[in-house]
Amino acid sequence: MNKVCSLEEALSRVNPGDTVMVGGFGVPGTPFTLLDGLLKGGVNELTVVKNEANEDHMGISKLVEAGLVRKMITTHLGLNKTVIGMMNRGEVEVEFYPQGILAEKIRAGGAGLFGLLTDIGMDTELLSSTKQTMWFEGRELIVESALKGDVALLHAAKADRFGNLVYAKSAMNFNPVMATAATTVIAEVEEVVEIGDLDPEHVHTPGAFVDHVVLLEELSEEYGILEHHII
Amino acid sequence: MSTTSYKDKIAARAAQEISEGKVVNFGIGIPTLIAKFLPPEVQFFVHAENGVLGMGGRCARGQEDRNLIDAGGAYVELVPGASFADSSVSFAMIRGGRLDVAFLGALEVSGKGDLANWIIPGKYAPGIGGAMEVAQKARRLVVVTNHNDRAGNPKIVEECTLPLTGKSCVDLIITEIAVMQPTRRGLLLLEIAEGVELEEVRQRTGTELLLPPEGPGRF
Repeated sequence: MNKVCSLEEALSRVNPGDTVMVGGFGVPGTPFTLLDGLLKGGVNELTVVKNEANEDHMGISKLVEAGLVRKMITTHLGLNKTVIGMMNRGEVEVEFYPQGILAEKIRAGGAGLFGLLTDIGMDTELLSSTKQTMWFEGRELIVESALKGDVALLHAAKADRFGNLVYAKSAMNFNPVMATAATTVIAEVEEVVEIGDLDPEHVHTPGAFVDHVVLLEELSEEYGILEHHII
Repeated sequence: MSTTSYKDKIAARAAQEISEGKVVNFGIGIPTLIAKFLPPEVQFFVHAENGVLGMGGRCARGQEDRNLIDAGGAYVELVPGASFADSSVSFAMIRGGRLDVAFLGALEVSGKGDLANWIIPGKYAPGIGGAMEVAQKARRLVVVTNHNDRAGNPKIVEECTLPLTGKSCVDLIITEIAVMQPTRRGLLLLEIAEGVELEEVRQRTGTELLLPPEGPGRF
């Protein structure tokens, strides 16, 4: 049993027009090396699901700037003026969700459910007027469909050869839910260990969810400490 | 008052809304200043949307951990008792009612407790992020804001004109000159800052102020 493969082999599973889920919240947990590989391959017409678009000229932003992304499903672009500008000029379609609702749509997709009911945004016309609603147990609620991906791209601190994953600190974020919700799940990892070397109690994502593991030869430069986020 | 001193005035008063053992969420802006006004012996846990519970202050230079940031991207420390969660669990804490108190900034807030803080149509629309869930589901929502915008217009209004983040969600409003509580009857003026007269608060507020029977206190 060995799911470890080359970057090229793993990324050959991504096709034009795919819906690609990408882990990460800011830098931590973002699979920058996989994203740079996608950029190099030029696979286009992608729908990208990610918390945000990273910051200008980093990670997802590079794919959007290169015109490879048709649509972003996201929660907040506040740290990325470039992508906000492209959105305002109609160069990339953007669909916003409340952050936890995006996580739950993905979770529902991964859990084999078809949707969820929520009151988040129900009393704010901007959101509720654009949504399907239904009466349920005496109140009107927003219906959100489940979200699934063709591919999920993840970043983990450690994997074994079965694909059991361990995330570091706040680099966990969207990675575990996205691991459950895509047809093909690819994780870039900082370290690969042998089967049996991970304590079962410490595995965050069970190997059943993971198809390919790419061992990083070196961490991408984005994983350095970012000067502009230091006091 | 200088910008720094009015922000500190607001943050210092807001710190009194936190007590031992509370789970707290701080929005961006003035809310990030609140923690420094709490005495070190008060043990409370700061929740960050990106999956940290028990966030400490910002890291000293050279102590940064590339895997440990707050929801705004700043490198942070942890306090003893901290934990990590994925995004789904992090927001289950919010929507499930486990945030004891949250502090958010405002573009507009109404006397009935409606809050607008996430979008100015045509000008500023970066997305919702976690604000709507925090506003709607925190057990107690405290708005911390300057009393008037840069042009001098009241931020505390009769009816919000901007799209809402949440309706009737605000429990307390703290500004540099007043502490106010939205109620069904209207906005109750609980406290006035030292050195400020009632008339000034009235003039600078865009909705009628109700006074408690014993009169407003001072802070």
